[in-house]
Amino acid sequence: MHTSAKKVKKSVSWGQRIVFLFLCIYTIIQLYPMVWLIFFSLKNNKQIFGGNALGLPDPAVFENYVVAFENAKIGTYLVNSVIVTGCTILIVIVLTTMGAYAITRLKWKYSNLFLLFITTGMMIPVHAALLPLFISFSRVGILNTRIALILPYVGFALGLSTNIMALFFKTIPDELEEAAVIDGCGIGKTFLFVMLPMVKPAIVTVAIFTYLDAWNELMFANTFINKAALKTLTVGIMSLVGEYATSWGPIGAGLVIATIPSIICYSLVSKRLPDAISSGAVKG
Amino acid sequence: MNKILSNKKAIVFFILPELLIFLFVVIYSVGCSFYYSLHSWNGITDKVFVGVQNYISLFVNNTDGFLKAMMNPLILAVLSVAIQLPLALFLAIVLARGIKGSNFFRTAFFIPVLFSSVVMGQLWSMIYNPNYGLLNAILENLGIIKTGIAWLGNKNTALICTFVAMIWKYIGYYMLLLYSAVKRIPAELFEAAEIDGATKFKAAWHVIIPLSMPSIKTTVVMIVIGALKAFDTIYVLTNGGPDHATEVTSTLMYTTIFKKNLYGYGSSMAVFIVIECLLFTVLLNLWKPKQYTY
Repeated sequence: MHTSAKKVKKSVSWGQRIVFLFLCIYTIIQLYPMVWLIFFSLKNNKQIFGGNALGLPDPAVFENYVVAFENAKIGTYLVNSVIVTGCTILIVIVLTTMGAYAITRLKWKYSNLFLLFITTGMMIPVHAALLPLFISFSRVGILNTRIALILPYVGFALGLSTNIMALFFKTIPDELEEAAVIDGCGIGKTFLFVMLPMVKPAIVTVAIFTYLDAWNELMFANTFINKAALKTLTVGIMSLVGEYATSWGPIGAGLVIATIPSIICYSLVSKRLPDAISSGAVKG
Repeated sequence: MNKILSNKKAIVFFILPELLIFLFVVIYSVGCSFYYSLHSWNGITDKVFVGVQNYISLFVNNTDGFLKAMMNPLILAVLSVAIQLPLALFLAIVLARGIKGSNFFRTAFFIPVLFSSVVMGQLWSMIYNPNYGLLNAILENLGIIKTGIAWLGNKNTALICTFVAMIWKYIGYYMLLLYSAVKRIPAELFEAAEIDGATKFKAAWHVIIPLSMPSIKTTVVMIVIGALKAFDTIYVLTNGGPDHATEVTSTLMYTTIFKKNLYGYGSSMAVFIVIECLLFTVLLNLWKPKQYTY
C-alpha cells in the first residue's frame, strides 16, 4: 500500500517533468526567432551572408539602428503609427462608451435592435469595404491623409467594442444612477462622472483590442497611403524592404523598432490581458 | 427618473456619432461592394450592368484560379483547428493549473501575437531565405541538406511554409482565451475528480474540457473566420505565388481589383468573402455546447 502510493506520486512528478520540459522546448520555438531577429539586426551583410547567420553578431553593428532612423525614416513611420492608433483608440472609446450607455441605461424602444445592428459589424470582413472606401475617399480627396485610416479602423472596431462596453454597463447597479439624478445631475453629468469611472476595465479591454488591430493593420494602410511622410509602420517596413533590399541589417533594426511599442504596451496590461481577451470573445 | 432617462434628444446625442460612422464605413461600403459586383467596371469608364455574370465567372470556366484560392483558406482553417486548438488548450490547462513559472510561459507564448503580420512576415521570409535563412542554416548544420532550399519559391513547399508561420503566430492568442476559461473552473471540481482516482489527464478530459466547451467553441469560430479572412502574412510572404500556389481569396481579390483593375469582378470576390464568413458563423453557431453552472 505504502509503496504503491509512493509509486503513483513519483510517476505524477515524472509527468510534470515531461510537461515542464515540453513547455521549455515550446518556449524556445516561440522565442528563438525573436532572439534571432535581434541578433540579425546587429549584423552587417558580411556576417549575414558569410556563414554567420545563426550565431551571435561579431562585432555588433549598432549602426544599423542609426541607419534605420536617419535614412530609412523609421522614426516617421513610428510617429504616424502612434498618431493613427492613438486617435483610433480615443475615438472608439468615446463613441462606444456613449453608444453602450444609451443602449443599456437609457430607456428607448429600439435599444436592443441598435446593439444587434452594430454587432453585425463584427462579422463583416474588412475586405468588403476596401474598394468602396478607396473610391469614396478619392472622390472626397482624403486619400493620403490620416483620416483615411482612422475612419475605417474606428468603423470596424465599433461592433466588438460596443458589445464589450454594453456588457460592463449592464453590471452597474441602478442605485448609483438614481442617487446621481436625485443629487441633481443631468444625463451628461451622470454619464461623465458616475458611469465612466465604473467602466474603466471595459475601456482598457477595448483599448487593447483596438490597439492590436489598428497598430498591425496592413490592407487599408497599404491601399490608402502612398506618401512616405504619412506611412504607418506596417507599410513603412514593406517599402523599407524594397529600398534596402541590399543591406539587411537596417531592415532587421526596423523590424525590432516596430515591435518595441507593442512590447511596452503588453508589459503595461499583461496582468489584465487574459480577462480582457476572454471578455472580448463575447460572441465570436 | 425614467423621464430623464428617456429624453429623446439625449438618446440621439449619444448614439448618433456611432451610428453615422458605422453606417458609412461598414453598411454603405458593403452595399457598394454588392452594387459594384453586379457590374463590369474598370474604375475609369462607365459601369456596365452584367447581373450575376461576375459570380458565374467565379465558379464556371474559371481561369484565374479562384477555386484554388477559395480552397486554400479552407485547408488553413482545418489545419489551424487541428493544430492550434489542441495545443492552445493543452498549454492553457497546464498554465492555468499553476505550473512553476506559469507567468513567464504565458508571456513567452503570447509574444508572437504582439508582432505585426508585416514584421512577422519579414521575420519568416528571413527564416525561409535560401541564402542565409535560419531553417537552411539549421538543416545544413545538422547535415540533413547540402545546399539551401528556396522554401517559399518552391510550389510544393510554399503553402505549408506560409501556414506554419500563421499557425505559429496565433497559438498564444487562443491559449490566453482558453486560459481564462480554465481558470474560472473552481479548483475543488478538479481536485474532487483526482481524489476519485482520476489521473490528471482523465480529470482534464472529463472535467475541464466539458466545462470549457463554450470557450472552445468561440475559439473554433475565431480560428475558422480568421483563416477565411487571412491576408497580411500571405501578402507579405508570397503574395499568392509562386504560380498561385499560396493564393487565398483575399489576395486574389486584392490583385484583381488593384493590379488588374477589374473592380466589378473583384467586388464579387469581396462579397463572396462576406457571405462565406457569415455562413460559417451561422453554421458553427448551430453547435450549442452544454452550459454548466458551477
